[in-house]
Amino acid sequence: MPKIETDLLVIGGGATGVGVAWDAALRGFRTVLVEKRDLTHGTTGRYHGLLHSGGRYVVKDPHSAEECIRENRILRKTHAHCIEDTGGFFVVTPEDVNAYPDQFQAACKNLGIPCEEISLRAALQREPLMNPRAARVFVVPDGAADSFQATHSTAQAAQIAGAQILNYHEVVALIPAEGDPARVVGARVRDVARGEDVEIRAALTINAAGAWAGVIARTAGVTVNVIPGKGTMLAANHRLINTVLNRCKMPDDGDIIVPIHTVTVIGTTDEKVQDPEHLTIEPWEVELLLREGDKLIPGISQARFVRAWAGVRPLYQEHYAGASRDATRDFVVLDHAARDGVAGLLTIIGGKWTTFRLMAEKTVDKACEQLGARKPCSTAETPVPGVEHGHYWLGHRLREVEQNHLQSELVCECELVTRAMLENAARNNPTLTLDDLRRDVRLGMGPCQGGFCTYRAAGILHELQVQNSQSKIQDPNTWHVADLQSPARNAKLEIGNWKLGVGTPNLLLRDFLQERWKGLLPILWGRQLKQERLDELIYLALMNADHLPDEDAVSPMSDFYSRRGISTTADTEARDA
Amino acid sequence: MHTTSWHSVSMTLDECIKCNICTSYCPVAAVTDKFPGPKYAGPQAQRFRESGQITSPDVWVDYCSACRVCNEVCPSGVKIAEINARAKAQIVHERGIPLRNWFFGRNEILGRIGNLAPQIANLGFHNPVSRLMAEKILGVARHAPIPHWSTEGNFRAWFARREKLRAEKKVAYFHGCSTNYYEPAVGKAAVAVLEHLGYEVVLPPQNCCALPMLNNGEFPAAEKLFRSNLKKLAPYVDRGLPIVGTSTSCVLVLREEATEMLDLENAQTQALKAGMWDISEWLRERLEQGELPTDFRELQMVVPYHVSCQARAHRMGRPGLDVLMLIPGLDVREGNAKCCGLAGTYGYKAEKYDIAMQVGEDAFRFVRAQGEGVRYVTADSEICRWQLEHGTQKLGRHPVEILAAAYGLYDLDRRQLLAEMK
Repeated sequence: MPKIETDLLVIGGGATGVGVAWDAALRGFRTVLVEKRDLTHGTTGRYHGLLHSGGRYVVKDPHSAEECIRENRILRKTHAHCIEDTGGFFVVTPEDVNAYPDQFQAACKNLGIPCEEISLRAALQREPLMNPRAARVFVVPDGAADSFQATHSTAQAAQIAGAQILNYHEVVALIPAEGDPARVVGARVRDVARGEDVEIRAALTINAAGAWAGVIARTAGVTVNVIPGKGTMLAANHRLINTVLNRCKMPDDGDIIVPIHTVTVIGTTDEKVQDPEHLTIEPWEVELLLREGDKLIPGISQARFVRAWAGVRPLYQEHYAGASRDATRDFVVLDHAARDGVAGLLTIIGGKWTTFRLMAEKTVDKACEQLGARKPCSTAETPVPGVEHGHYWLGHRLREVEQNHLQSELVCECELVTRAMLENAARNNPTLTLDDLRRDVRLGMGPCQGGFCTYRAAGILHELQVQNSQSKIQDPNTWHVADLQSPARNAKLEIGNWKLGVGTPNLLLRDFLQERWKGLLPILWGRQLKQERLDELIYLALMNADHLPDEDAVSPMSDFYSRRGISTTADTEARDA
Repeated sequence: MHTTSWHSVSMTLDECIKCNICTSYCPVAAVTDKFPGPKYAGPQAQRFRESGQITSPDVWVDYCSACRVCNEVCPSGVKIAEINARAKAQIVHERGIPLRNWFFGRNEILGRIGNLAPQIANLGFHNPVSRLMAEKILGVARHAPIPHWSTEGNFRAWFARREKLRAEKKVAYFHGCSTNYYEPAVGKAAVAVLEHLGYEVVLPPQNCCALPMLNNGEFPAAEKLFRSNLKKLAPYVDRGLPIVGTSTSCVLVLREEATEMLDLENAQTQALKAGMWDISEWLRERLEQGELPTDFRELQMVVPYHVSCQARAHRMGRPGLDVLMLIPGLDVREGNAKCCGLAGTYGYKAEKYDIAMQVGEDAFRFVRAQGEGVRYVTADSEICRWQLEHGTQKLGRHPVEILAAAYGLYDLDRRQLLAEMK
């Protein structure tokens, strides 16, 4: 079994884990991060994309609100290119006329969150589809954040600082010290792509597995009661607004609408669930989001929706048993030596995307304390690669495609992904599925949901035969992950002698279709249904995609994609085998 | 720049299912790589544009000729050409309008000025030296078929001085700028035909329909023109008078294009829509009502009929063809070219002239294929007729002129009413 020795082992490749790896590497620790799937596959990649100003929590959770505004200001500098400066409105709809708006305004002032009341007329001029019957509107510095890109850029910053990031490495169990079961000395992890185990020995193990933190901790005999709060979101086909809209009231279901990239996201529900892995989207959730969405943007329920998805908040509150909506959004670092008598293990849990950097800072502070090191945090002043491009703006891909005459190079026409972007992503990030490339370059995230790009991408990967062995990640110093987003900054590749890591192009195609289908099922009506009928004709009638060769092949993700989707007999048999 | 509502044309991008039918039919994308195709520049690009954006991300929409073939073939109802037009307007809003396009938008004023001294104006504009200068300085294509001012006075002056038929049944006539200043003969033929049907023709005050401005992205100015027409035509609409037009593109703008592009859906624009008719469409309606006289003279000739894209956009079938088919001896042949290429002011622009001529090649080939003996070509839009004349050296005539000739009212060759010929 291959062995790796390190100072810190970080478990979990979401915003928090990657943030911890970045922070730790910058402080000079030898750091290894393991993620059981692709980076951001969990909660980070399933969030609505709201960079909080803190306004949402000013009344209910002022401490969280304060952290939000502070981190908001920091991230605008350290992760500028991952953020769109949309600004946000807090809208007092006819339903929200009560004492809350005044409390809100006063609390913002107390906490130093910039909050300016504007006239309804001015608000409607900026957002014509907003509810014209709103009583008051406040402007706050909310933003839209690309959590895929931010995490990838942070991961690259961590790699440049010396950290090792291992995707598709799943923790089997934490390893107790020989002769001292009350001490964790690392973890045994499975390299999912190669099907072999790796032993990672670390002076300190940091459990940043989010909603899965309880599962990890349990392998060391420690109990961490995560409250998995499922949040469901819907994406409308295009940008109906360009400013984040929040209801001005106590946080509740379906009260935020975020313009992110090319879509408009209505979020969220909050439902305590048992299993963080397989989340079902219930019809009542979709109905509720549409109904609530109409209060901020009358008519949005009739818009075209392209997708529904759910993420699970890793909420944590010691001894808490209430509803997940009311659980704190605060985070904690659990020192298991003090708490449970198990040394060598920390758990970071709770929090929200906006505060990931702060969570990492506090965690690594605690690690320093445990390892007897005195190293100050520098992440607040250290920009990650890509910030030089400035804030994200919606039109950048379109402009670059036009200026560089790349229209004939488009693989994903909806999201303007060129062939070179796809090839570079496949070469530079470990790629087991097309879904990994989706997170890298937004492949298949537009109106046709993979209808026209899936077969093209599968064909291109077949041609490339990309070598995906985890150890052959490109030198992080020569390649900027942020460039993947840019049609202009991706040169065409020389096709090398590479092989696809897992599976066949047919499997890539089936997996991705299944993955897209999963998010389409809950919103399959109207115009998106028409789209899916066309996609169905392309894949089932024209390509016979459910009877391709390699019917029995499965990837590490096949099971995940087909759950709650429509399972074919082949899938079921493959699962049972 | 524009207010957005759920009725805005840009909202129709949600209908797009990416099928690419528009791309494969687009006559412009077929001949140049400067325009990526309707889907790319329209519903697809629209998702990357936002209201309040600092700069437009893309300018290739400028190469959309606004022929609307994409709209016609779209199985889902995406208003692609209108999305493009609004994107153009946004660019003009941000960067201002090039002087040339400003002039193109004001063809009514040009028409009026030239009309003061048409011989001098024609000489001044239509000589090789000034055309060359216009190309070099303004970017107006030197070979493009710019019309000549009428040297016989404008249409309204003619109408004012003639003796009119007084009748119970009345119809209002929208002549448009080109009939008034360049081709009064079309208006004369129309009036003769309408009176032959026993209708009294009334001439509402009117101004440019605003199509050239809409095509060149000057929306605020276009809105003024359109509102002005709305006001001028309202009394006729209110009286229930049908308003017929010989310029099919003007009719289309008044009916729906302006309303859609400028987001002006209301009772007044709806009423105007209901009251406006393309003249061939109205004549076909008379035919269906059994009111169309069939005292035709025989016209022994082959006439190629080019279906203007503007006429197609009306979604009214081929009324010009339906009516002309009644004429004994006349062999009208319908072409299926998508567009003549000139498309409003598109082909007049130096950088687009070659594209326009290549787009028109299908139509030219169709006309030439009808034989050496063909003397006239017909199309409902003046723009198409001028382009076909330019591309084939045949003579362009409006269907109503041919009809007038068949009624024995009109000399098709000299473009004069027989009653006025000495």
